[in-house]
Amino acid sequence: MPAQYRETDRLFKALADPSRRKLLDLLHAHDGRSLNDLCEHLEMTRQAVTQHLALLEAVNLVATLRVGREKLHFLNPVPLQEIYERWIAKFEKPRLKALAQLKRKLEKTHG
Amino acid sequence: MAKTTFVYVTYIRTTPEKLWSALTKREFQEQYWFGMHCESRWTAGSPWQLVSGDGQVFDAGEIVEALPPKRLVIRWQHQNKPELKAEGASLCRMELETTNSAVKLTITHSIEREPSRLIEAVSGGWPKVLSNLKSLLETGAVVLADPYPTAGSRAGNK
Repeated sequence: MPAQYRETDRLFKALADPSRRKLLDLLHAHDGRSLNDLCEHLEMTRQAVTQHLALLEAVNLVATLRVGREKLHFLNPVPLQEIYERWIAKFEKPRLKALAQLKRKLEKTHG
Repeated sequence: MAKTTFVYVTYIRTTPEKLWSALTKREFQEQYWFGMHCESRWTAGSPWQLVSGDGQVFDAGEIVEALPPKRLVIRWQHQNKPELKAEGASLCRMELETTNSAVKLTITHSIEREPSRLIEAVSGGWPKVLSNLKSLLETGAVVLADPYPTAGSRAGNK
């Protein structure tokens, strides 16, 4: 299987977990957080949060920067943009066009 | 650490030299940066500008550090909208690292104020630009030059 398919599988699997989505929401609300900071907002063990963050970093949804002794976590929106282009933008245009055609037909019938 | 910092990371299957070239050469930039290009000599201390297709200078500043093909740091101030220009200079840092099969490009864009409308504004652009850049280098074509192709050519549509 080509590398990009495996990457896509891992990306969707990473997003399929509610705790990991919560982590992304927390970073979206306030970016650049430490592990301690994130743990305060989640009812999970520190170990579980660490594992979720490692998985999110492995699929590139989270980027980390070392600042002094702290490791800060940032939401990386680039893979989400790629999902948008590949899995949303491509499909929405034909649907919107179909809706517009339906509207025209219905209005003609009633006109 | 600056008060407002956004980080963008993408892995591109290419070489650091090709990526550096794509980041600094106009003929590449215009393809993935929606017709925009940069003007600079790409050496520390030289001026830098981000110019639109019709010649408007959107952002300007200078090169703080240039270490090809590894690191590029730009002092970056918006020019077009007064409220964004008033925020002063931001810092855009690009790091290129070779991994097993790809080059990791990390862009850190930050400013010493919170909140920052400039950083909010560029946050809408960077993911699209990087996604296009990756696609251009890996496949030879951008994804978003024509973001919404018409469905007219598909079977059943008239």
